Amino acid sequence: MSAQQLVNQLRSFLPPDAVLHETEDLKPYECDGLSAYRQLPMIVVLPQTEEQIVKILQLCYATQTPVVARGAGTGLSGGALPHAQGVLLSLAKLKQIIAIDPLARTARVQPGVRNLAISEAAAPYGLYYAPDPSSQIACSIGGNVAENSGGVHCLKYGLTVHNILKLRVLTIDGECLEIGGDSLDSAGYDLLALMTGSEGMLGIVTEITVKLIPKPEKAQLVMAAFDDVQKAGSAVASVIGAGIIPAGMEMMDKITIHAVEEFLHAGYDLNAEAILLCESDGSTEEVADEIRRIHAIMQQSGATNISTSNNEAERLKFWAGRKAAFPVAGRVSPDYYCMDGTIPRKRLADVLRGIEELSQEYGLRCMNVFHAGDGNLHPLILYDANKPGELERTEEFGGKILEMCIHAGGTITGEHGVGMEKINQMCSQFGAGELAMFHAVKAAFDPAGLLNPGKAVPELHRCAEMGAMHVHRGEQKFAELPRF
Amino acid sequence: MQTTIDQYQAVIRAAAESKTPLRIRGGGTKDFYGNPAAEQNSTLLDMTDYNGIVDYEPTELVITARAGTRLADLEVELDRHGQMLAFEPPHFGSAATLGGCVAAGLSGPRRAAAGSVRDFVLGVRLLDGKGEDLHFGGQVMKNVAGYDVSRLMAGSMGTLGVLLEVSLKVLPKPAIETTLCMAMDEAAAIEKMNQWAGKPLPVSATCFADGQLFVRLSGAEPAVRAAQVKLGGETLVDDMVFWRSVREHTHGFFQPDKPLWRLSIKSTTPSLLLAGRQLLEWNGGLRWLSTDDGEDAEAIRAAAKEAGGHATLFRHNKSGISVFHPLPSGMMKIHRALKEKFDPSGILNPGRLYSEI
Repeated sequence: MSAQQLVNQLRSFLPPDAVLHETEDLKPYECDGLSAYRQLPMIVVLPQTEEQIVKILQLCYATQTPVVARGAGTGLSGGALPHAQGVLLSLAKLKQIIAIDPLARTARVQPGVRNLAISEAAAPYGLYYAPDPSSQIACSIGGNVAENSGGVHCLKYGLTVHNILKLRVLTIDGECLEIGGDSLDSAGYDLLALMTGSEGMLGIVTEITVKLIPKPEKAQLVMAAFDDVQKAGSAVASVIGAGIIPAGMEMMDKITIHAVEEFLHAGYDLNAEAILLCESDGSTEEVADEIRRIHAIMQQSGATNISTSNNEAERLKFWAGRKAAFPVAGRVSPDYYCMDGTIPRKRLADVLRGIEELSQEYGLRCMNVFHAGDGNLHPLILYDANKPGELERTEEFGGKILEMCIHAGGTITGEHGVGMEKINQMCSQFGAGELAMFHAVKAAFDPAGLLNPGKAVPELHRCAEMGAMHVHRGEQKFAELPRF
Repeated sequence: MQTTIDQYQAVIRAAAESKTPLRIRGGGTKDFYGNPAAEQNSTLLDMTDYNGIVDYEPTELVITARAGTRLADLEVELDRHGQMLAFEPPHFGSAATLGGCVAAGLSGPRRAAAGSVRDFVLGVRLLDGKGEDLHFGGQVMKNVAGYDVSRLMAGSMGTLGVLLEVSLKVLPKPAIETTLCMAMDEAAAIEKMNQWAGKPLPVSATCFADGQLFVRLSGAEPAVRAAQVKLGGETLVDDMVFWRSVREHTHGFFQPDKPLWRLSIKSTTPSLLLAGRQLLEWNGGLRWLSTDDGEDAEAIRAAAKEAGGHATLFRHNKSGISVFHPLPSGMMKIHRALKEKFDPSGILNPGRLYSEI
């Protein structure tokens, strides 16, 4: 079927402005947050109801047309990169908070609802939705489900998979499945876990029931500076070893500290080799007790400088630098290249040393920010794409970092997803048997392979190539959004 | 000498070849659970021999152990480092193994506060129905590479793969725990449990039985003491014994030989008017129903469905009906398709979860 025929069919049940096919109208959808990868879709559809989505899927299924789902388009791995012969299915117009049940502590929402909007709607009841990716003012809950998004508080409060109860999912042939329940578990296989983080490859989520949790009475932050990365790493282990699960625990290295301090004046110690931010939340009594213990551990671990936030404004100021690390990287360097590996925490010092060595070998600076509590490392390689050969060196450097994460017993992606970006590194992390099983899982839901084809799981013949994420100054969408 | 992976693979391949069902078994403590495995023309695959902790670094909050490792041994080792399995799994006998715990997917009293077994699974190594040795997930907290096959294993009753190793997230044990006990009726208890769950209180378990609400508080001493003052009630002596009896079904409520239903439903559901006696956990989200023989399964399942959940005939299935709540046809289609991919010959615990898989 030609594009025009498909457009006509779509317009038979969708309003004219919900079907886009002129190049100028398609342009805003050519990439997601990973702007290095661009592709115009054949058609963009903007349905407003589940019923419309069913019809869209039935039509695409009948005509064997690929379908790529898209939420807010803030994803960083190219998961929503359009398909040239496909329909881009935007869920942005499904942005209704259907119901909040304060006593049961749940919210039923449509996929286009922004992450932060859920917490805002729940706030009058003293409740909130815990996973808080730093892009939460813009990213959609449907996208969070597709990527199993985390945030800075996930060691204590979990990822998306731990905070959702039920999904309404449409399979490619338009059949509606209710996965999960209003209960804490459901009959049969745990398809809720399988759907979460499946990057739009298994089905289209049309409704999500999320868990809400009570807002802690209080949050307080300890900021500790160290003259040695190893000591900071040991301090993290000591906090955990003392039986404390901090609400958030973040580390920045020297180059990051300098870069963010210059722009934000968050009060970071410029002599430090590493800074740890360690947050406690809970009841007033609990926080007072925990902060006292964290402070003592930082002291015993050899911190050279320790500050504790005295009020909410100060807590947010300490956080500001950390949250701005990515926008700042875009200011200090024409381009940066972001990695998202996770490693066992005990290997942190080795991995950082390895990155430092590679940095010298390649003559490229690298900022390191680290979700220290859960081992998720975000090295940012700073480079200039206009300098001949620098981009290629950066790619090679990045590839070696990911290899290092795998060798350290970790993974190539902690929270950004594989998408298009890391599809080649999947070959390093998994063997042929596992990759074949991933393809089989997809086929169980989508035998014709129409949902987001070519993403997340590489074909075995692809496995020799390399790929990477490149952020060009001014080209990244939402460049000023706090990230990670 | 420990059975090697090669030997397990050989057994699976031979079974696949001859289409002989395998009954995968750990300590056998959950033999009662699920639909009965066909004894005839099937082969027992005993996993108890494949045991031992592979890796445990307390400060990483991760333990990796072989599937045949006894749950009790695992918990002793964690306890030595002040840590625990936060989902508080029921053992149902001293021989319970890690593999059986994950395959059954059952969690205990702390579940509503801390999460379920699947929430703590980080990675698995398994043999599929073709004997392929596969690794999914890993030993790190955050990992979005590939579909989450490891969590899919939790509660799959051995129908998708033979678990070899499991990595679990572990948590520090709370500094102190204390249990409050207060008399009230069921409707008031359901209301209270849910109200408290919406407040920043260190409630780690709730149970309502025989007109008494039991509330366990866990955490740092000042937090627990402050909550105790807020909530009131009497302090329960020997509370560890009480929670163990609820978890292990040795509490007087659990009658030998009476059909026992497990209803997992929306926690705020008002009192369910079903014949029999009930014990509530998880803020009302879990309701155990002890019935006399010949109760109306249809009515019980309809009530659970109406309440947003499902009903399992947990013990003493005398009528031979499906133990697990029937699935809608669209869901069963996906289940069959997954089973077909993981176990094309249909030899891994066939029928234990549903007759179709």
